[in-house]
Amino acid sequence: MELFFGLITGVLFGFLLQRGQVLRYDKQLGALRLKDMTIVKFMLSHIMVAMVGIYLLNDLGLVKLSLKATILGANILGGLIFGLGWGLVGYCPGTSVGAVGEGRLDALWAIAGMLAGAAIFARCYDALLGTVYTWGVYGKLTLPGVLGVSHWLVIMVLLAVFAAVLRFIERKGL
Amino acid sequence: MPSQTKGWSPYLAGALSGLVSVGSVLVAGKYLGASTTFVRGAGMAEQLYAPDVVATLSYYLKEKPVFDWQFLFVCGIALGAYLAAQLSGDFKVQLVPDSWKARFGPSPWLRGVAAFAGGAVAMFGARLADGCPSGHGLSGMSQMAISGYVAGACFFAGGIVMARLLYRGK
Repeated sequence: MELFFGLITGVLFGFLLQRGQVLRYDKQLGALRLKDMTIVKFMLSHIMVAMVGIYLLNDLGLVKLSLKATILGANILGGLIFGLGWGLVGYCPGTSVGAVGEGRLDALWAIAGMLAGAAIFARCYDALLGTVYTWGVYGKLTLPGVLGVSHWLVIMVLLAVFAAVLRFIERKGL
Repeated sequence: MPSQTKGWSPYLAGALSGLVSVGSVLVAGKYLGASTTFVRGAGMAEQLYAPDVVATLSYYLKEKPVFDWQFLFVCGIALGAYLAAQLSGDFKVQLVPDSWKARFGPSPWLRGVAAFAGGAVAMFGARLADGCPSGHGLSGMSQMAISGYVAGACFFAGGIVMARLLYRGK
């Protein structure tokens, strides 16, 4: 049943990624070249809706949060390395498979590279555990938790900030 | 090419995908993510020729090479994108993206090598960061996780630097 839910969720998500035109190398590089913010519009819209929905359901006791630990060394270094690779490949892990679905076959090379990258990482993991993973370990933090304020206050501020970012993007015609 | 311009507003598609994500958490208790699946996939591939390696590397023991929710989710993305592209007449086989071709020429081999190398680097980084733009960017930032905002900012910072290097002055 869990596998079935995964497949259905993926089909819906993939459908929307394709319709939102975010599966394309041209759109991903467009954002990184600060010329076409389609993927930023998609991501921020997703986050604005999901943030309100998830915290509402969490307040009602219907869902649990699933937070990734904040390990600054790994989050920052890994994030920057990801970004450098992303700028070259022009697909992220989720969009690479979707891109193949809409016929962009260069994404097959991307997927092969990603599998190779995962295999390389598996061989480095033990060495990284004693180094990068020990730098700046703070556990499962959230913005409202760190600020010590109501999560709804932070949600309202973030919604306003994201709306302002999107407004700026639209005004610039990006 | 009109077949390449048809699409929904990214705001609409993004907001609906946010609802899909909320629905997934409510129904299955699962947050969207993609990059762990590549570890499982790599483990499956390696099992074909080096099963002893897969059985001993601690990272493959942590992320076992089995089909789980996320693996099927990632497969579903390809299927959903295929359906959407076919239904809207947007499906088009392409070996070299337009903006790549304009900058680096039409060779599918050059594009293939770059995509492979970029993919490998990106996945190494995603596993180190413990997530990709789905797990950290969408799911993490939706939950207001500090890790999501830190990683998300670094994804774009690294990406902007590489895009600058590749498309300098273009």
